[in-house]
Amino acid sequence: MFSSLFETSFSANDLMFMLKGAGVTLMLTFWAVLGGTLLGVVFGVIRAISPWWVNAPLGAVLDVFRSIPLLIQLVVANSFKTIVGIHWSPFTVGCVVLALYMSAYCTEIVRSGFLAVPTTTRRAARSLGLSWRQDLTEIVFPIALRVALPSWIGLTLGVMKDTAMVWWIGVVELLRSSQVIVTRIQEPLFVLSIAGLIYFLMSFPIARLGARLEKRWREND
Amino acid sequence: MSIEIQDVHKAFGSLEVVKGVTMTVEKGEVVSIIGGSGSGKSTLLMCINGLEPINSGRILVDGTDVHGRGTDLNKLRRKIGIVFQQWNAFPHLTVLENVMLAPRKVLGKSKAEAEAIAVEKLARVGLSEKIKVYPSKLSGGQQQRMAIARALAMSPDYMLFDEVTSALDPQLVGEVLDTMRLLSSEGMTMIVVTHEIAFAREVSNRVAFFHKGRIHEIGPPAQVIGNPREPETIDFLKSVL
Repeated sequence: MFSSLFETSFSANDLMFMLKGAGVTLMLTFWAVLGGTLLGVVFGVIRAISPWWVNAPLGAVLDVFRSIPLLIQLVVANSFKTIVGIHWSPFTVGCVVLALYMSAYCTEIVRSGFLAVPTTTRRAARSLGLSWRQDLTEIVFPIALRVALPSWIGLTLGVMKDTAMVWWIGVVELLRSSQVIVTRIQEPLFVLSIAGLIYFLMSFPIARLGARLEKRWREND
Repeated sequence: MSIEIQDVHKAFGSLEVVKGVTMTVEKGEVVSIIGGSGSGKSTLLMCINGLEPINSGRILVDGTDVHGRGTDLNKLRRKIGIVFQQWNAFPHLTVLENVMLAPRKVLGKSKAEAEAIAVEKLARVGLSEKIKVYPSKLSGGQQQRMAIARALAMSPDYMLFDEVTSALDPQLVGEVLDTMRLLSSEGMTMIVVTHEIAFAREVSNRVAFFHKGRIHEIGPPAQVIGNPREPETIDFLKSVL
């Protein structure tokens, strides 16, 4: 009985299966973060500089994505896709929904980073003859990046974990693959611990990278 | 070669802060503007390089209408340097990079050229030791001198100073004023908005006393500061001296 603690039916094939799931999780995260960040930067800058009649509707739409649980968004998008007859794989639907979801949060991060740059600093840049665009690329974006990075790292890690929800529309990612194995070998504690470890190993480098950049920048502040 | 300000009016909403100012600053001249807070003197400086639009009147810099349609402000600003009360260092760039930025991006200089310019200007303001550090490691006086070097790096024909010593600790004021003295002795055309009356008296060719958005009294420092005629000027000088 004691020895059964160390006996497991978990096989190398199971581990491979989970790692394949982890690969899907990473791909989902990659596309969601890429799309979400690009959209977030565009929307965030628009929100920071546009008049209220652009800002308010955009803000309202993005609020929808922030207010409705991700799970509902995934299921609704997946059904909507079938109704209007778009032939996307569940993986694509997952990427798109996650990217929109991330963009809604990223927009606010970018906007507040942008607005954190003092107008007097921007004025100084313009007084030197820098154009509006050069002011953005040389002054506003670098300073805003330093302000926004910690929140962006947090958001990225959150989205990586949120990718688990695409299981509901039929994508086999890390958590779903773990679940499959649990159902078969009935060792939830062990299998989920491994899954948790894999999530940790995927998140850790991102968190470390963020901490390192932050430290380097803080030394200059 | 001059800055001509012709009957300029400037309002923020319904609050008119500059109410019809006319004056001309000739090349090589140092003009100080003194006056109480809210008298419109800083606003006027912002209007001279087009950082603030004006409501009416005209400002000509070497004959170019600053607020005229089709005026390339980015180009015009190359010849008008301005230094602000808050020194506004670019915090993500080193001291050297702060000064190199505009020559590189606006004048299109190579990295080596821009660096040579920056090193020279920083030496002139006495910051040769600090070129590799970030602005946050500098004192207020050093940051302000860096801001002067940054403006000088564009080889401007005119320099505007907007209360550049007002935000500094008293013991740091001297080093910034020394830098400005050096510039005036080299013949730089300067408009200096300041509360440093003794400095204004020493370096200026003319002093303008601003009161409620207008030039109340203008003339040589010996007259405006030494022997003011208007009661408002006398009251103001009493309050700051």
